[in-house]
Amino acid sequence: MDLGSHGGFILAAYAFTVLVMAALVGNAIRDRRTQVRTLKGFGEDRR
Amino acid sequence: MTPSLWTRLSNPSHFMRWSGALVPWLTALSLAVLAVGLYQTFYVVPPDYQQGETVRIMYIHVPAAWLGVFFYGAMSVSAIGTLVWRHPLADVAQRAAAPIGAAFTLICLVTGSLWGKPMWGTYWVWDARLTSMLVLFLIYCGIIALWRTLEDPNRAARAVAILTLVGAVNLPIIKFSVNWWSTLHQPASILRMGGSTIDPSMLYPLLVMIAAATLGGTTLHLYTMRTEIMRRRVRTLTIREAERLDRTQPRITPQPSGGLPVGQPV
Repeated sequence: MDLGSHGGFILAAYAFTVLVMAALVGNAIRDRRTQVRTLKGFGEDRR
Repeated sequence: MTPSLWTRLSNPSHFMRWSGALVPWLTALSLAVLAVGLYQTFYVVPPDYQQGETVRIMYIHVPAAWLGVFFYGAMSVSAIGTLVWRHPLADVAQRAAAPIGAAFTLICLVTGSLWGKPMWGTYWVWDARLTSMLVLFLIYCGIIALWRTLEDPNRAARAVAILTLVGAVNLPIIKFSVNWWSTLHQPASILRMGGSTIDPSMLYPLLVMIAAATLGGTTLHLYTMRTEIMRRRVRTLTIREAERLDRTQPRITPQPSGGLPVGQPV
C-alpha cells in the first residue's frame, strides 16, 4: 500500500510502538522466568 | 459469614488461580482483536480529506493516550486500596501498572510528535495537552524511581500511594486542557457532548484498536501482577531461609580479654 509522502512518519510511529511493546513484553517474560526459577530453588513450583 | 465474591477474587492465592486460567484466553482474544484492528487501519480506513495517510498514526496514538491515562486512574484507585484497607493486592496492582502506563504514555508522546511534524510543522510545542501528558510520563518515572529507592516494601507502598494520589490531579487537566486553554492539539472528538465528530468509517476501526489495546494492556497487567506476587513470595522465603540459617549457626560470644585497662598505652 502507498502511504504517501509522509510514509516515513507513519512507519516510524508504528516501528517505535512495536519496539516499546516488545521491550515491555520481553521484560515481563524475563522477569517471570527469573521468579519461577528462584521459587523452584526454594522447592515451590508456582506458575 | 462467607466472604463476598470481591473478597475471594482479590485474595492473592485465589487471584493466582483465576488469573492463571484467564491470561492465555485474554492473550488470544487481544491478538485476534488487534489483527482485526490493524487490518482495518491499513486496508479499510480511507485517507483523511485533510491529513491524508498520516491519519493512520491516530490508530496507535489515541489507544496509547487512553491507556496512559487509564492505567494512572487504575493506580489511583489501587492507591486508595493501599492507604485505606492496606490490601496487599492493591499495592501489587499499582506496582505492576506503573511500567505499563509509562510505556503507553511514552508511545503516545512519540507517535504524537511524529504525527505533529507533518501536520503542524513541528515535533513539539509547549501546549497544555502535550505538556500535561509529558508531566504524566514524568510522574510515572518518579513513581517507578521511588519504588526502587525504598527497600522496605510497606514503606514504599504507602509513599508511592501518596505520590500517586497527588499526581492524580493531572488527570482532569489532561482531559480538559483542550477546553480550558487555546491549544494546537485538537479538541475532544470521541468522548464529547453531542457525540463523536469522527466519521464512522474511521471511528469504528479506532474503537477496535482501543479495545485491542485495552485488552492487551489488561492481560499484561494481570501477567505482571502474578510475577509481582511471585517476587514477594521469593522475598518472604529468602528472609525465612536467612532466619533459619541464623538460628542454626553457633553463636560466637566475645570473650573478655582480661588484658589492658582502657586508656593505657600498650
